[in-house]
Amino acid sequence: MPGNVGRAILGPLADQRAVDVLNHSLGLDRPLLVQYWDWISHFVQGDMGTSYIFRAPVAPFVIDALGNSMKLALVAFVMVVPLGILGGIIAALNVNRPIDRIISLGGLSATVLPEFVTGIIFILIFGVWLNWLPIAAVWPEGAGFFTQIYYLILPALPLFLVLFGYIARMARSGMIEALDADYTRTAVLKGLPWRTVIWRHVLRNALLPTITVIATQTGYLIGGLVVVETLFRYQGIGSLIFTAARGKDFPILEAGILTIGIVYSVATLVADLLYSVLNPRIRLGTDQ
Amino acid sequence: MIDTSTGPNALELHHLSVAYRVGRRNRAVLRDLSLTIRAGEAYGLVGESGCGKSTVALSVVRYLPRNGVITAGEISLAGHDVMKLDHEALRRMRAESVSMVYQDPGKALNPSIRIGRQLTEIFELRGISGQAAVDRAISMLNRVRISDPVRVMQRYPHQLSGGMQQRVGIAMALANDPTMLILDEPTTGLDATVEAEVLDLIAKLRQELSASILFISHNLAVVSRMCDRVGVLYAGMLVEEGPTEEVFNNPRHPYTVALLRCLPRGGQRKDQIRLDTIPGFLPSPGAQISGCPFADRCALADSRCHNELPLLHDLGGRLSRCHYHERAQDLPRTTPGHIAAAHVAAAPQPVLRIEGLNKTYAAHGHALRAVNDVSLDLMPGQTLGLVGESGSGKTTFARLLLGLVPADGGGTMELDGKTLASKLESRSAEQVKAMQIVFQNPDSALNRSHSIRHIMGRALRTLAGLRGAAQQKRLVELVRSVRLTERHLSVKPRQLSGGLKQRVAIARAFAGDPRIVVCDEPTSALDVSVQAAILNLLADLQTKERVSYIFISHDLAVVRYLSDQIAVLYLGRIMEIGPSERVFSGPHHPYTEALLSAVPKLDETEPSRVRLDGEIPSAINPPSGCVFHTRCPRKIGAICEEQEPPLFESEPGHKIRCHIPFEELARLQRKTDHINEVTA
Amino acid sequence: MTAIDVKQPELPAANANRSPVTEVLISLSRSGSFLTGLVILLFWIVCALFGEHFTPYDPLADDIINALMPPSADNWFGTDQLGRDVFSRVIVGSRDILTVAPLATLLATVAGTTLGLFTGYFRGLVDDIISRILEAFMAIPVVIVALLAIVALGTSKSTVIIVIGLSFAPIIARTVRSAVLSERELDYVAAAQLRRESALHTMFVEILPNVIPPILVETTVRLGYAIFAVATLSFMGFGIQPPSPDWGLSISSNYGMIGGGFWWTVLFDALAIASLVIGVNLVADGVQGALND
Repeated sequence: MPGNVGRAILGPLADQRAVDVLNHSLGLDRPLLVQYWDWISHFVQGDMGTSYIFRAPVAPFVIDALGNSMKLALVAFVMVVPLGILGGIIAALNVNRPIDRIISLGGLSATVLPEFVTGIIFILIFGVWLNWLPIAAVWPEGAGFFTQIYYLILPALPLFLVLFGYIARMARSGMIEALDADYTRTAVLKGLPWRTVIWRHVLRNALLPTITVIATQTGYLIGGLVVVETLFRYQGIGSLIFTAARGKDFPILEAGILTIGIVYSVATLVADLLYSVLNPRIRLGTDQ
Repeated sequence: MIDTSTGPNALELHHLSVAYRVGRRNRAVLRDLSLTIRAGEAYGLVGESGCGKSTVALSVVRYLPRNGVITAGEISLAGHDVMKLDHEALRRMRAESVSMVYQDPGKALNPSIRIGRQLTEIFELRGISGQAAVDRAISMLNRVRISDPVRVMQRYPHQLSGGMQQRVGIAMALANDPTMLILDEPTTGLDATVEAEVLDLIAKLRQELSASILFISHNLAVVSRMCDRVGVLYAGMLVEEGPTEEVFNNPRHPYTVALLRCLPRGGQRKDQIRLDTIPGFLPSPGAQISGCPFADRCALADSRCHNELPLLHDLGGRLSRCHYHERAQDLPRTTPGHIAAAHVAAAPQPVLRIEGLNKTYAAHGHALRAVNDVSLDLMPGQTLGLVGESGSGKTTFARLLLGLVPADGGGTMELDGKTLASKLESRSAEQVKAMQIVFQNPDSALNRSHSIRHIMGRALRTLAGLRGAAQQKRLVELVRSVRLTERHLSVKPRQLSGGLKQRVAIARAFAGDPRIVVCDEPTSALDVSVQAAILNLLADLQTKERVSYIFISHDLAVVRYLSDQIAVLYLGRIMEIGPSERVFSGPHHPYTEALLSAVPKLDETEPSRVRLDGEIPSAINPPSGCVFHTRCPRKIGAICEEQEPPLFESEPGHKIRCHIPFEELARLQRKTDHINEVTA
Repeated sequence: MTAIDVKQPELPAANANRSPVTEVLISLSRSGSFLTGLVILLFWIVCALFGEHFTPYDPLADDIINALMPPSADNWFGTDQLGRDVFSRVIVGSRDILTVAPLATLLATVAGTTLGLFTGYFRGLVDDIISRILEAFMAIPVVIVALLAIVALGTSKSTVIIVIGLSFAPIIARTVRSAVLSERELDYVAAAQLRRESALHTMFVEILPNVIPPILVETTVRLGYAIFAVATLSFMGFGIQPPSPDWGLSISSNYGMIGGGFWWTVLFDALAIASLVIGVNLVADGVQGALND
């Protein structure tokens, strides 16, 4: 058993007997495999077990946290997907001009800046100095939709930055490839107006790969959520897992990570479906 | 066919110069190019790779790559100055008066839009929409002889074969009824029989339409078939121009003379004549050219040629950019034409004997029989030519021989009377070094990270077991035997031209004194002038080393030049096999007949008559009976659909897989047998 | 004017005699983003190596009386809650991250390249199985993997190196694998097989030199992300441990007071991380540009 749960919960000064009693009551003195089987067989029946720390069923915690995280992720996605794609398109249409270099290098740099670094800087600028936005994503009880969004803008910004670079870069390279493609030359030399060439012939082929990338970023997003939720004290799945890891609250940790795995798989599946719907080569097979 | 009536010329280029910006320098691709295409005329532009052919096409429609700039000159299309057009006028010109057909139809069509939509949008530009546009699109597809246009309209490009894609490409180009049609290598990359169909189609359409044609090709024979006049491009300059027949029969520029001599034709064979070659290399793009661009490679050149750029001399209806155009045909050969007759003594035993070889792949859950019951013998010192279109299994067959892919059980292979295991690992070291290969593309075949010395040294070490001084000694010998020098040893492949790389690849194949070398399209990635040198080299090495070749090529003239035996493959089966001259002179299998007449020839007197319809069937689901019956122009009836004919020995050593008796084939083909006036 | 002899083929003049390596170096020396990134990176490397010689104060020395002082002439970047000089701490704060991140990247590159070569070369069932495992592995965010590993193994620099190295290895393996897959189709590999070279020779002598460029690009890109990951782990308390003046760690211990206006305790560390990460990224961008030309 990695780490001693009873000790982690009761603290370093607690009596060893108390720790043993707690471990026994949690079932932690049984063999590891037995514990795991017990947990997994309950999980598939919808019972995620009982938290060591909160001494309460895990499920409500996980579900609440997941809901909160999805709100935050959605705010970030709604901001970043259109802007990232647009940025990539603008960059590609102006290849090697200053605007392209700014979007590309800026996007690339934004992508590698850790969320807590940009988060701190945003908190200082918008929260502390300008005092425009709340520095913690803890809204008052019963806050309405727009109030919640207001509280989520600042936490969503670091996620936005990281994703913006990815999406813009993919969109840009997809666009450049499509613009250089022979079929685009065909379309231009048909005498189609530039606008039609872009809308009908370029965009669809260009943005197909980007769609997949957006979905695979779900995995990253969850990692980012751990950091951002901690920084902004937001009760999401990331901070739940973080708290559980620190407190060695294995039922919550396991349930949380399994939930993330499910979310990730669903997102990937959706992306695959979307990709095959948009791509006739996959949809129809290649038979003649 | 030339419309000599008044009115503006379809296309005029005046002193056109185009450069590509690479790094910080402008590299000239077209230099002072002037040409005129009259209304209704078909003008062919020929030249080797890198001479700027495609740049001409892209300049006319003003679609040069981002780094391309027109540095001087004028382009006038039907009297309008193309360079002065603003965006909208340029778009309208492209929409209304000029169209293009591209080399790679699969890439030129948008992969995610249905064929129908890609056609109707052209009509929409002219205000025809809805059902009217659909009807027009259908009639356009009918016009390019697509038999089921309604269904094709619903398809995506990847669902069509290459030939069909190109028909669609032509339909798209003709949809706006252009006055100028540019065809940029429209049949390059298509199979011979498909190419013949597409060329026929273009020729027919020419009679129906009024468009002038600019036909760009590296293939002299194709241009000679399709065009009224021809321009020969060299290093971005027009070196010769004139009526096609005159230029090809009576060339007046040494480059044209040399180019034509490089082509094996009229049934030339390796034991009769050596091909002529062009020494040296094309000037690189952007090179400073002070005199004649061809002077460095021209045996007629003197100091005037090196210093003074020749004018385009008007020779009465034709032009030549040569100071000594009247003597152009006196150009001495670079290689002596006659060769010592090294007659191969009849060997009693074949070096390679193959019996009932099969190979089945699993493709998407279906069995794909790539090679089907192939049996043949290869004599020492002889060449077996393998001929066939895509899907015929010729490359798979080569890989089976070499052990790169294991054959299905059942067949046998024998090398020098000893069983040859199907897997490479199970062969003896002696057998491994006895069989080597020269690949099609030397860029792929030579490791670009290694020096030539390393590449050859490694082969000598593993195949010949040589190390140290012995290895170095043999290395130098080997390099010299392919006419390279020691200077070439220290460089990496990228520093060599395509022809030199192929020599390295050949030298490597000969490192272990092989008994058999498989040549898999060894010259098809090379220009004709380089091809000739490689073919000569292969022929010389064969005489010297007594090696046998299995020579795979889609180019029948090349195969004929080098081969003693020919095997014609179709869907993995041998349709015909026999002595080279017997196979070429006939009577031959109807498929061989179709292949032979599909190839455009320079010295063709009348268009060939045998044409195939339809697509090459998929090897996953081959036709019943005789696999060729779906396309056979000489099909005799139900028996062809029901029974696979045996490979029947019609005359000694000559076998044909056909239900038609040999004598009947002979009678049928006598009429069409115009293509074998062997001139040698 | 007489017939010329059968000429030896010449080396074509077109191809410059510069080696590819020289060309890449020339291209790098002309790349603005590469040079800018290199200057930033070198600055922090110098600080990591020799920083203690020119810091005004001992970065680790407490001075509770002067805790939380705003920036001044004495303490350019102010002091933190234990009264330590922020400027001195920022200067030497790159030391741990600049050891851990490159080592993690090195581990990832070696492991990833080897994995990629084997899976790409052998294909088949082994490749399928390994690829699926790697994909599953890549689906889990690094932070979560690290979290779990550190819960299991405890915190130490080597744990961080191993965790990040192994998390990044599949990503590099994927890049190498796809490069190897296309190399494998080239005929020089078939030619090697026809000489019956061993699989190891073919992989490491024939194929590897040709896939170096994508590996180099991926490695420089990964270095940026490794710094990202190390900083993040330190910030989360799972990475570099006190009393190191590490930037992420400093932010972690001071950001709680951000609402109180003690901005200088976190801002300079944040900017330092940002500059290092962007510097590495500019280098990566330059390398990519030079190798793709």
